[in-house]
Amino acid sequence: MNDNQEPVLICKDLCISYYTRAGEIPAVVDFSLTVKPGETIGIVGESGCGKSTVAMAIMQYMGANGGIKSGSITFKGQDLTTLNENELRRIRGSEISMIYQEPFASLNPSLKISTQLMEVPLAHEDISKEEARKRSIQMLKDVNLPDPERVMESYPHQLSGGQQQRAVIAMGLLSKPSLLLLDEPTTALDVTVEAGIVKLIADISKKFGTSQIYISHNLGLILETCDRVFVMYSGEVVEEGTVNSLFAWPKHPYTHGLFSCIPLPTTDKNAAPLKPIRGQLPLPFERPSGCFFGPRCDHFKRGLCNKEHFKMEHVEGKASDHRVRCLRYKDIDHAKGLSSDTIKESPEIGKRVLNVDGMKKYYEVKDSSLKALITGKSSRFVKANEELNFTAHESETVAIVGESGCGKSTFAKVLMGLETGTDGEVRHNGKDISRIKVRDRSTKEIRSLQMVFQNPFDTLNPSHSIGGQISRVIKQFGIETDKTKIFKRVMNLLDIVKLPRDFYFRKPRQLSGGQKQRIGIARAFAGNPSIVIADEPVSALDVSVAAAVTELLMDIQREHKTTLLFISHDLSVVRYLSDRIVVMYLGHILERGTTEQIFAPPYHPYTEALLSAVPIADPEVTKRRIVLEGDIPSAMAPPKGCPFCTRCHRKIGELCETMLPPEQLVKDRHVIKCHIPIEELSKIEPVIRIPKKEERIPVE
Amino acid sequence: MVLLLVKRIGFMIFTMIVVSIILFLLLETGLTGDPATRVLGNFATAEQKELWRDQQGYNQPVIVRYAKWLGNFATGELGTSIRYKGPVKEVLLPRLWNTAILGFWTFAIMIPLSLVLGVLSGMKEGSLLDRTISVFGILTTSVPEFASAVFFSALFVFGLKWLPGTSSMASGFEFKQLLLPAMVLVVYDFGYVARMTRASMAEVMTSQYVRSAVLKGLPYRQVIIRHALRNALIAPFTVIMLQINWLLSGVIVVEFFFAYKGFGALLLEASLNNDIALLEACAMIAVVVAVGSQTLADIGYTFLNPRIRFT
Amino acid sequence: MKTESMTEMPSAGYGAAIWRIIKSFALLRESWVGMIGACIVLFWVLVALFAPLIAHFDPNASIMPFAKPGTIGVSGHTFWLGTDHMGRDILARIVWGSRTVLTFGPLATLSAYTVGILMGLMAGYRGGIIDDILSRISDIILSFPVLVLYIIVIATIGASGLNIVIAITFASSPGIMRIVRGLVLDLRNRDYVAAAQTRGESDWRIMLFEILPNARGPLIVDACLRLGYVIITIGVLGFLGLGLPPPDPDWGGMVNETRQMAMVFPHMTLFPCIAISSLILGFNLLADGLREISLRD
Repeated sequence: MNDNQEPVLICKDLCISYYTRAGEIPAVVDFSLTVKPGETIGIVGESGCGKSTVAMAIMQYMGANGGIKSGSITFKGQDLTTLNENELRRIRGSEISMIYQEPFASLNPSLKISTQLMEVPLAHEDISKEEARKRSIQMLKDVNLPDPERVMESYPHQLSGGQQQRAVIAMGLLSKPSLLLLDEPTTALDVTVEAGIVKLIADISKKFGTSQIYISHNLGLILETCDRVFVMYSGEVVEEGTVNSLFAWPKHPYTHGLFSCIPLPTTDKNAAPLKPIRGQLPLPFERPSGCFFGPRCDHFKRGLCNKEHFKMEHVEGKASDHRVRCLRYKDIDHAKGLSSDTIKESPEIGKRVLNVDGMKKYYEVKDSSLKALITGKSSRFVKANEELNFTAHESETVAIVGESGCGKSTFAKVLMGLETGTDGEVRHNGKDISRIKVRDRSTKEIRSLQMVFQNPFDTLNPSHSIGGQISRVIKQFGIETDKTKIFKRVMNLLDIVKLPRDFYFRKPRQLSGGQKQRIGIARAFAGNPSIVIADEPVSALDVSVAAAVTELLMDIQREHKTTLLFISHDLSVVRYLSDRIVVMYLGHILERGTTEQIFAPPYHPYTEALLSAVPIADPEVTKRRIVLEGDIPSAMAPPKGCPFCTRCHRKIGELCETMLPPEQLVKDRHVIKCHIPIEELSKIEPVIRIPKKEERIPVE
Repeated sequence: MVLLLVKRIGFMIFTMIVVSIILFLLLETGLTGDPATRVLGNFATAEQKELWRDQQGYNQPVIVRYAKWLGNFATGELGTSIRYKGPVKEVLLPRLWNTAILGFWTFAIMIPLSLVLGVLSGMKEGSLLDRTISVFGILTTSVPEFASAVFFSALFVFGLKWLPGTSSMASGFEFKQLLLPAMVLVVYDFGYVARMTRASMAEVMTSQYVRSAVLKGLPYRQVIIRHALRNALIAPFTVIMLQINWLLSGVIVVEFFFAYKGFGALLLEASLNNDIALLEACAMIAVVVAVGSQTLADIGYTFLNPRIRFT
Repeated sequence: MKTESMTEMPSAGYGAAIWRIIKSFALLRESWVGMIGACIVLFWVLVALFAPLIAHFDPNASIMPFAKPGTIGVSGHTFWLGTDHMGRDILARIVWGSRTVLTFGPLATLSAYTVGILMGLMAGYRGGIIDDILSRISDIILSFPVLVLYIIVIATIGASGLNIVIAITFASSPGIMRIVRGLVLDLRNRDYVAAAQTRGESDWRIMLFEILPNARGPLIVDACLRLGYVIITIGVLGFLGLGLPPPDPDWGGMVNETRQMAMVFPHMTLFPCIAISSLILGFNLLADGLREISLRD
């Protein structure tokens, strides 16, 4: 990065609006940004803050009803808003490229990868087809795609998600653009695959000298890839600075609030819980005068903060280029906010409630290929769950961690009775339920084992009112039969999940994602269950909303002494709220133990890689970087021997490929399934190193 | 891929056998009324009916009769027409040929017209062209064929006196006589195919991969032809193949109206006259054509869609 | 509304339900295409309802053959649309014919929908063998050209109002089943269905209460369109002589009877054609308007 060179992109006082039938919606109100050559800029914010709109504006592709109201976008000296369609076309793809969240959406399903790659340089430069082909293959190698010739001849659906995204990145870099825009490029990918892409993105600037704008809602990812970061709230930038400066000393209350919402290694569900930001994001035409964040800010001062709209200021002090949009930033002492008045009491772990013993779940798949017809073996088995062993106790939170194909959803289905186990036992309060389907379970059993679902937008039936749906649940569980009593109960539940009582009459589409998820929680807890399975309940929610919902879940659990089985792929959240962790991969449990045991060596090699892949938004935490090669194998054709052997960076040899590893007890219910002896594993350096309180740089 | 082909053809044969059984049961057995009564009328005596039944072989066991009947079909022995007093084959084949000609010209006009207009209106959704074509499409699909035949006749035959009112081809083949029936068919079907094409094109134009193609800086023409059309035309292709099925229904009305000696009119006549052998033959042929075109549509769709072709 | 004071249950009476239905018609205001369609349909419904008041003459009475539109009869009343070759007042025949169409059309459609929805729910939700069998059957029925199917069915069971309804049900329900099955296959993977399953709800309760209400958008649009097709079918069958037996006025039959004389007396054929085309247009426009509105949601 060369400070003396001309900036690649300058956005100055950008103001972007959408013009719809309902009127003008000001999506972006005041946005300014400068990108120097070779620099990686991060734009972070929650949904509705306008970050994607900015990216589209830079590409000058806002659709029929979007337009730049005022301000300018200067790319290498040219004002993009003044260019005609032909000139823009020349810039797109060759000077500025864009990568999206869904890799499959960028690729045409009916064309080969080679066609889609080659047409980029062919359209922009005067080169031959041969030259284009050579460059494409080279670029595929540069993005670490193995077997580039095969990839060239493939159609998009024949590649995995991670491979597709790498191909899309290759496509974006082929004409050597000066600027690369990335809009949440890894959200749709598994954690270990994401780590590889993130590393690739971090290396792009070094390798190719390309400047990048990385848009994300995940502060941890921004920390790992970017040099400077811009925080957006409700259409404007509220804080900007270098990554080190802003992460160490966030000045704006919103930025500070965001950090308090993330389960960092320093948080603890009892001693230092998350502090959700109160209130809601204002709608674009309901923005308050003055500071947009005012109504939600703890340091709001009437008369000063809501008088009129104000601009960004330079932060005084040793941080260079750190600017903030806050009139009171000098007066606010963020250190005071870390007081311990929010400590919650830690619950006592009670008796054993769940005992999973050697559970197996195999799915039979009818093979209709020609080969199967000939050999006569027409059914194959997908081994979704293999030999699962673990226990859970009252008031305990057990996290089930794994990536796609690991079998966690299958396990949830067996537990809930939507499927039956093939072998082994699952004992709930002593009774084996693994073979009993839902319709054969008693009402008492059903209501004592409930689930919170992942997708808040699908968790409620859009055609019925909220009150109607919860009432139905109460009736179905046999808790009450009298109409007035049921009504009272529903009101009670709405109070518990902190929603206004008149939501009884609302339909789901009038609720936000976070509110819907609260109803989902209310529904699951309506029958006072002994076990609740939460399947990624907050992954689809914004950071601040997720924090609120997570805290709600914790509070209810504390109150009801429920056992919580928390399924997730996000190890930061898992570390925050679970007492015990079970790590799954391709149907096997590779490691299980308490949270402290899992996060410290000895590790299973997969756990090690998983821990390394988790983005942590704390600049003083150091991580060892481990990137796994390849993709997760398909559950239909698992490797013989250890399921992890195809990607393991500590593979000891043929033993791993041929024999299933044994379960080794480390101590105290900490079990690792690996061929490597425990003594070796104990010698591994910790993956994550958290500095002690004394070592930390003091908050300014 | 090959397996898929085999499966589809197998299903086609299965369908035809089931249909033939149903037809046989409906028309040849006593399920829906005594065939003798139907043919000879209500005033025939019981003896006459019994004699006729014997002659026609109705007193043999059902399975034997079915096997014989199916066998006859397979060898092309289609029986005798009661009305035309001659072998069904001789009546059927020329009529089939006439309908084929009508169908050919209908498709020759309709397919390019609806594809081109559908693609153009899908490309520019909401434009004047789009709205005009949409409205026109709704209008034409709202008018039943017999009604549009009436309107066209009123205009071109009685009003402007450009075209002849019937298409009986009494004095040899005249292309002018094909125009009105073809026009009626084209106008009705155009609306449907054009709207399907438009919907498919509009969906593709708003897809994310077309957006990516534009943002890659590709020339607009390349975006449309290479990226958009390839995906947009998959659905209309299938729809067009299925229109052959529709055509077999449509020609009945049109041929009846314009007295065109085609297959559809023959089928209608056969049913109105209780001409059993002829009716069976026509029905079987209709089914063969319909199922055959559907199978072709299926196979074609599999071939065009790389996601299915290469799993 | 103060949230703390909500301790009583709200009352849900029939008045509220009727008010909701009226409000849903106001939705149509958003699409002028739909409005026009609804007006046309409403017009014909009113004509059918008030037939005796509108038509002065008996539709089957032979009074004055070949009268041109506007001729005044012996009794002093006008033959607004003229008379046909048998002396029957065309206005009366059209007005009374609308009753036939608007009775059998919706009846046949409703019957086809009931069968189609039940089959589609079972095939889509239960899957397995039921799905295989039902899909195969529907594939076989659908592989017939529609009119050929009707001709064969009517040729075998005879022509009557009830038989037409049966024939239409038989021919249309596979198409409806396909649509419903597709919608169910998509909807049954939603989390709220899983939530209902984990509550122990019965299959039929889930199909009817959780899944079907969320499929109503596309189904309502399809119903309007299908009603249009059904009316076309009734018209075509009448035209081909396979419809209701005479002398009941039947728009399609009216066209067939009079087309030979169309050169000299065009009014006899044109008016029934305009009548049936306008009614179908009304339904098609209504369907288009509804589709526009549902997409906008």
